[in-house]
Amino acid sequence: MLLDAEGENEMDETGERSVHPYVLLRHRTIPGLDNFAVYKKHGGFKAFEKAVKEMKPEEVTEVVKASGLRGRGGAGFPTGVKWSFIDNKKWPHYVAANADESEPGTFKDREILEGNPYQFLEGVAICAYAIQAHEAYVYLRGEFWQIAVQLDQQIEALKEAGLLGDKLFGKDYSLRIFTHLGAGAYICGEETAMLESLEGKLGQPRLRPPFPPSFGLFGKPTVVNNVETLTNVPMIISRGAEWYRSMGTEKSPGPKIFSLSGRVVRPGNFELPLGTTFRELIYEHGGGIIDERPVKAIMAAGASSSLIVANDQALDTPMDYESVPSVGGSLGSASVIVIDDTVSIPWLINKTAHFFKHESCGKCTPCREGTFWMMHLTDRIQEGRATQEDVDLLYDVASQVKGKCLCALGEFSIEAVLSGIDRFGEDFRAAVKAPEAVMGD
Amino acid sequence: MLAEKYAQEIQSILDKYPPEERRAAVMPLLYLAQRERMYVDHKDMAEIAEILGISTTEVAGIVGFYSLYYDRPEGRYRLQVCTDLPCALRGAEKFLDELCRRLNIQPGGTTSDGLITVEGVMCLAACDKAPMFQMQSGGGLEYHENQTVETALAFIERLRSDAARRRGRERDG
Repeated sequence: MLLDAEGENEMDETGERSVHPYVLLRHRTIPGLDNFAVYKKHGGFKAFEKAVKEMKPEEVTEVVKASGLRGRGGAGFPTGVKWSFIDNKKWPHYVAANADESEPGTFKDREILEGNPYQFLEGVAICAYAIQAHEAYVYLRGEFWQIAVQLDQQIEALKEAGLLGDKLFGKDYSLRIFTHLGAGAYICGEETAMLESLEGKLGQPRLRPPFPPSFGLFGKPTVVNNVETLTNVPMIISRGAEWYRSMGTEKSPGPKIFSLSGRVVRPGNFELPLGTTFRELIYEHGGGIIDERPVKAIMAAGASSSLIVANDQALDTPMDYESVPSVGGSLGSASVIVIDDTVSIPWLINKTAHFFKHESCGKCTPCREGTFWMMHLTDRIQEGRATQEDVDLLYDVASQVKGKCLCALGEFSIEAVLSGIDRFGEDFRAAVKAPEAVMGD
Repeated sequence: MLAEKYAQEIQSILDKYPPEERRAAVMPLLYLAQRERMYVDHKDMAEIAEILGISTTEVAGIVGFYSLYYDRPEGRYRLQVCTDLPCALRGAEKFLDELCRRLNIQPGGTTSDGLITVEGVMCLAACDKAPMFQMQSGGGLEYHENQTVETALAFIERLRSDAARRRGRERDG
C-alpha cells in the first residue's frame, strides 16, 4: 500500500491522489493507532494541548461552530451550537459521551473505539475544556465490555502521560474521564435516558425542556455527544474549520462513517464525504447486491428508517442530512441497510416491530401500547393469519402513535411500518388472506 | 457479603461518582454481584441498596429493566446470537435454529449440563460480521463474529472442557 509523506493516507498508484484521506478511521492506514505512543507520534494530543495552552474555551467552541460539524448520533444538530448552549450560571459542568451504539445496522462507533480510541478521548478532552467541565463520562452499552476494559487502560495511559489530571500543560485546568457500562437497553442511546441511566436509574427519557446543556447529568449543565462526533474534533482544532469544510457539502460538511449492512456483497464501515450517493456506497464500496439481484429498498437510518423505494432517483441521491428526506427517508446515523428482492416487507416490519416492542421503555403510553399492538399485528400478518383488515388496523395503530411519544424511539417505531404499507402494498396483499379463509382456520 | 469480599473494588467504583450521587454506582455494583453465579438474588440487591442508600425495590427495578442482569440461575454462560434485522438478512435466524437443534435445545433454553443458555437477542453492533454471538459470563462479555454452526459448537466444547477441568481442580483441591 502506498502512503503519503505523513504516512497516513493511502495514495493511488501514481502517489498523487489520496484514495482514503481518513479523518476518523485512521487506524486503517496507521497500524497500532490504539497504542498511545503511536497515536502521539502521529500528532496525538497536540490539538488538546493547543486548545488548553493557546485558546480560550469559547474560542474552541467558535472553531467547532465554524466547521459546521453536525452531531453524528442521528439528529444532526450543530455540535458547536450545542456547546454554546451550556449554562454558565450553574456549575459544575459535565461531558457525557454517548457510546451506547445500539441502532440495528450501526457499528461505526465500535470500530472507532477499537481502532482509534485516543482520537475519541482527545475529542472528549477538548469538548470538556471548551465547556470547562472537569469530569467526563463515557457511557458504553454493556455489550462493549471489552472496549470499556481497554478504554480504562487507555485513560490510565493518559494520566501517566500527564494528559489527564490536575494542572494540565501547566495551566489551571484539570480533567478526569470515567467509563460507565450500561446493561442492554437501546433506549439509553436517547440522551436524557442515558443521563438517567448514568445516575443509576431506569433508562427512561426525561420530559424536555429543559435540555441537557442547562439540566443534564446530576441536574448540572451537560454536553452529550456521540463518539463519532467527538472523534472529528481534534483534527478540526489542529487543521481548522476551513479544512473541515473542504469535505462534504455546504450544509453537511465533513466526512461520515456509513455502516453498510444487509444484502450487499461487502458489508462494513466506509468513511466517505457526506453527500456520497447511495449508488456509490452500495455498488462501488459494498460490491453490489448478493447474487447480483435487484435492490428493492434502502433503510438509511437503521431500523428507525422508513423504507426508501430503491429506484434510480433514490440510488443517485446524495447521502446528506438535506437530500435523503427528498426520497422519503432520513440520514440519521447513516446506517444503510440494503434490502433486495428476496426479502418480504411484512417479514421485515415484523422484525422491526419486535425490536421496538422489546426496547420500548414503557414510560409513555403511545409507545408502550403502540409497539405492543404493532408487534402482534405484524406477527399475525407474517404467520399468514391476517386479512386486509388487520393491515388497515396496523396502519391505524401506527398512525395514532405518530407525534404523541415522549422521545424519538416511539416516533421511529412506526417509520418502517407506515412506509412499508404505503410503498410496498403488493407485498401485503400477497401476505393476507380473504376473510373466509381465516374464518376457516 | 459483597462489602467484605470486594471492599476495595466497591470503593474504586464509588470514587467514580460525586459523593452525593452514590446511586450512580448501582449498575457496576450489580455486575460485581453477578460475577460469580451469573445472577443476583434478593440478598445481593438488599446489600447494594444499603451501600447506596436506596431501597431494595429500586435496585430490583434496575435488574428488571436492563437485559444483562438476571435474577434467577440459568446457564453459567449465555450465548446470545444477534437475530436482529441486519444479521437476519445474512442468515442469523437459520444459524440460531441450527445451533439449537445440534445442542438439542430450544432458543432460550439451557443445555442439560446447566452450563450454556442459548438465546436470540437484539442488535449487538456487529451487523457486517453476521452470524455472530456474544458470550456473557459473570466475568464479562466477549464477541464471536463471522461464525458458522461448527465454529460455535467448537467454542462450546472448549467451554465445557474448561468447566470440567475447573470442577476437577475444585474436587482435588
